[in-house]
Parts: sequence; C-alpha cells; structure tokens
Amino acid sequence: MENIIEVAGVTQTFGPRTIYRDVSFTVAAGEIFVILGGSGCGKSTLMRQVVGLLPPSEGSVAVLGQDMYANDSEILAHIGVMYQSGALFGSMTLLENVMLPLEMQTDLPTEARLRIARVKLGLVGLADSADLMPAEISGGMAKRAAIARAMALDPPLLFLDEPSAGLDPITSAGLDQLILDLRKGLGITFVVVTHELASILAIADRCLMLDREAQGVIAEGDPRKLRDDSEQPTVRAFFRRQVLHPA
Amino acid sequence: MTLPDMARAPSPAPARLDISDQGTATTLRLTGRLEVAEVSLLWKPVLRAARKARGRQLVIDLSGIEVCDTAGASMLLEAERVYGGTAELLGAHEKIAAVLDLVRPVAAPPAARPRAPTQTWREVFAASLTTCTAGLTYLGEVVIATIRLPIRLRMFRFADLARTADQAGVQAIPLVLLLGTLIGLILAFQSLVPMRRFGADIYVANLVSLGLLRELGPLLTAVVLSGRSGSAFAAEIGTMKVNQELDAMATMGIDVMTMLVLPRLIAAVLIMPVLTVIMDLAGLLGMTLVLAASGIPPVAVGNQVAYAVVPLDFFGGLFKSALFGAAIAAIGCRAGLSTGVGPRAVGLSATAAVVGGIVAAIALDGLLAVLFYRLGL
Repeated sequence: MENIIEVAGVTQTFGPRTIYRDVSFTVAAGEIFVILGGSGCGKSTLMRQVVGLLPPSEGSVAVLGQDMYANDSEILAHIGVMYQSGALFGSMTLLENVMLPLEMQTDLPTEARLRIARVKLGLVGLADSADLMPAEISGGMAKRAAIARAMALDPPLLFLDEPSAGLDPITSAGLDQLILDLRKGLGITFVVVTHELASILAIADRCLMLDREAQGVIAEGDPRKLRDDSEQPTVRAFFRRQVLHPA
Repeated sequence: MTLPDMARAPSPAPARLDISDQGTATTLRLTGRLEVAEVSLLWKPVLRAARKARGRQLVIDLSGIEVCDTAGASMLLEAERVYGGTAELLGAHEKIAAVLDLVRPVAAPPAARPRAPTQTWREVFAASLTTCTAGLTYLGEVVIATIRLPIRLRMFRFADLARTADQAGVQAIPLVLLLGTLIGLILAFQSLVPMRRFGADIYVANLVSLGLLRELGPLLTAVVLSGRSGSAFAAEIGTMKVNQELDAMATMGIDVMTMLVLPRLIAAVLIMPVLTVIMDLAGLLGMTLVLAASGIPPVAVGNQVAYAVVPLDFFGGLFKSALFGAAIAAIGCRAGLSTGVGPRAVGLSATAAVVGGIVAAIALDGLLAVLFYRLGL
C-alpha cells in the first residue's frame, strides 16, 4: 500500500524548549493512523505540522507526495481537518458551514452545493439538524458537523484532532463507528490525534506514541500489540491505565 | 496516491457526458472522473438531460467512470430524483456502487421547512412585558445589593472599582477633552454667524455655556461612557458568563451583583461628574477660542458666562451625569449578565449595552428636564 503521508526527522522547538525531536513516520492510503500520548507531549503540534499550519524547526513533511511547505495550496484542497473544538463558524447554520468549502473551492451551482452539503450532514447523522446554529447543538453533534465540513470536498485524507474529547462513551463510540464507516465506504485515510484509550483500540490500524519526557516517539505499531507486548514502561502504563512511578 | 497521480487522471478526458436517445430510452453515458471539480461542470447538463427524459426510460451508463466521490454520487441520485423514477445505473464498478449505497439513504431531498409561526400582538405584548419585568427585577436586585453592601463588603472588590475608575474615567480624559473642545468650537461658531447679524455676538457665551453645562456636557459624556465602558462591561461580564465563571461564582456563594455589578456601577457614578466637569471646561475653552478669534476678549466671555450661569445649572448637570453613569453601568452589566450562548452573543450584548446606555441617558435627560422645570430649577 502506498504512503499518503511521509514525515521525516521532524523536530519542533519553541525557543529553548524542545517539544519533540527526530519524529519520522509514514501513513498508508486507507489506513487509520492514531497519534497518541499523554497531555503536553506534542500530539496536536505534530498534527498542525502535518496539515501545514506550523513549519517544523527541522525535518520534512510530505503529504500526497508533495512537500507540505513547498506548495501547500494545492494539497490543502485534498485534505480535511477537524479541530478539537469543532471550530464551526458560529454565525452560520450547520448546512452553511458545510457548504462554505464548496462555495470557496468549487464552481458548483448553488443547488448542487446544497444537495452535496446535505448528503455530508446525512453521512454523519445530522440530516435533520442542517438548519441549526452551532450554539444550538451538543458537543458530539458539533464534532460530527465538523467532520462533515472537513469532508465537504471529498478529500482522500482526513485529520481529526481529539474527536472524542469531552464526549460521553456512547457518543464517542458512535463517532468511532462513523470513522470506520467512512473509511470503509469512501476509502478515506484518517490521521487521528487522541488519548482516548477505547477509541484508539476501536479504530486504529497503527499508532505512534509520543512522550513528553522522551521528547519524541517511544512506540509505533498496532495498538493492540503494544498493549499486550510492549515492555516500555510508559507504553505499558498508558495502555493499562497505570500510575507511572518515576524511576 | 500522490498529487501528481491524482492530477494524472485515469482517463485522458477529465469528464464527459454523451446523451443518446434510442427507442424509448435515453442513455446518459458518463466517462472520466466524477469528483467535485467534474461535478461542477456536469451538474446542470446531467440534471437537464434527466428532466428531459421524463416519460422515457433513463439509463445512466457508468462503465466509463473510474472514480466517483460523494459529490458524484449526489449528482447521480439527484438526476434520478428530477427524472421522477428509478434510473437504470449500468456498469458501476464495485467502489462506485459502494459510494452510491452509502449516499443513497441520506440523499433524500430535505423536508419542506415549516414556516416560522408569526407572532400575534398578544405574544409581542407578553414578550415586552417579560422584558420589562426582567429589567425591573434586575433593578431591584441592584438596589438590594447596594443596601446589603455593608454586610457583604468582603465580596466587594475595591480593586475592581479602582480598575474600572481608571479604565472608564482616567483613560477617557483625552477623548473627553478633545470632544469637549471641538463641540465648544462648533457650537460657538455656528451660533456666532446668526447672532452677529443682530449684533448679539457676546450672547453666544450665554447660549453655549448654558447648553453645555445643563445638557450637552452631561449627555456627550454619557455617550462617551456608554461607547467606551458600557460595551466593555457587557463584553467582560458576557465573556465570563460564556466561560461559566458566573456559574462558578454562584456555586461558591458569591453574589454576582456585589462582586461584579456594584464596583462598576459605583465607579461610573463617581467618574461621570468628573468627566462632565472636564467636558464642560473643554467646551467653554473651545467657545472662548472662537469668540476670542472674533474679537471678544476672554475676560468679557468669562464675565458673560458668570452672569448667565447660576451654580444650579452646573450642579444640576453634575447630578444628571451621575444618574447617567448609574444607568449606563447598570445597563452594560445587565447586557453582560443576559449574554446568550455562542460567539455572537458577546458582540450582541456589547451592542445592546451601547444602544441601551445612550437611549437611557437621553430618556433620563428628558425626564429630568420636565422634573427640573416643575421644580422651578
């Protein structure tokens, strides 16, 4: 399977503070790849680098075969991003939120934009909420609507930042199922940033674990294997929900 | 999959539609990629052809389609809908069929939106009554909080009072000076032209000084306070409400009125007369400059003002300005406390605070004018 993302030797520093160094990984087309780790390890920072929002201090990021920071405008039309808060535009209905990328990036007639946006909302189970404002919906619905907006242009690659954060287990499981359904039905590749153990085990084909102390990657692979076989103390503690005692 | 791969479309032609009528069937043959960009070009012709095929059999030949995303699937299903029957989809390979299966259940046209019910006069009246009641309740809460202030002094933050006095008062002085001087200049200049025709130049001092001290000084200062600080009170308290800080205060047993509203209200009442004095003096200075330029010495202007204005005019203006300050602060805080949800809510509250503050100041001014007249002041 060909790689859709190639991250090589990425280091991120903010002033004297190093977040992580020499992070490398690849994501294959059609894969659900999870970036995980404890709070403050740089998961969201790494995602921001991969989607082109934060140039790395060192290293390179290639998405769909192109350097993300050499020619990002072309790539941006082929990726979708769901932010942790949903980042829906508060002055627009859910339908208008989903229509916005279609309006900005395509020449579709208005009727087509409306129909396509309604389909996207239907795919995430929000067909009946199209005319609601973001302030009128729950956190879980906002995340679903944000996924619909991220999918507006049918990108082959979707990035989700903490999709389960702040959601109840049932809503969270519903969101996991949605991710699996979209991958199965539309062949979308997902890069998901999360530290929700249940979600990771439910959806991830592969994962990359960052650690704040190690300032980089401490594990990579099938999360179920990491849970069962890893001898790395932090990895074991993370997957077994144990208190990590300092050495 | 890479961008160059994606650009190298599997078919040389990006997308194409061929329409053929054979016997009782119309066949739409689509070739190429059926993604958002291609759908932009094909949407209208495909739907037009589907609509034209009504009453005949519609066949959509997808054997030449390599890739189809949800936009493409939406177009095909919309074509079927406008056709008004079931179209025969030929040659869709497995992946395209899977996308169509995924989209079909959610591609139903939206149900007609029910018309928003129109409000009856009774409902409008009831809503207005509720708003008035809420306003009166709030006023009552402010009064009670003020009465109870001595026993809730620990909740009263003097630092907030000082900060508000600084932001709303001290930092507003340059603006008040500028506006006051300009208003004095303009009033004097505009009055001078007609008054000179009657040889009554000197009475411009009477006109402008009385107008400034009794009405314009307090009113213009109220506009400045409302625009600068009423909106700030609303935005600050509104943001606190959105961030659930007010809920946190309530659960900690802290009285929001005492902690948030009273410091702002008291600060506004204290600073408004000071700002009004500055506005009045700046206005008189502006007027004196104009009159001096027209040949009336400043000493003569001063004497004329002293003759025209009695202390009651000056102190009446200050009394009004203190009332305006209280109204503007109370309305600003009230707008903040009643902030709704969502990012627009804080902006709406700030707007409501400014508009409400200015309207309240003018309405109060009118009421006080009648009152002063009745009292013979």
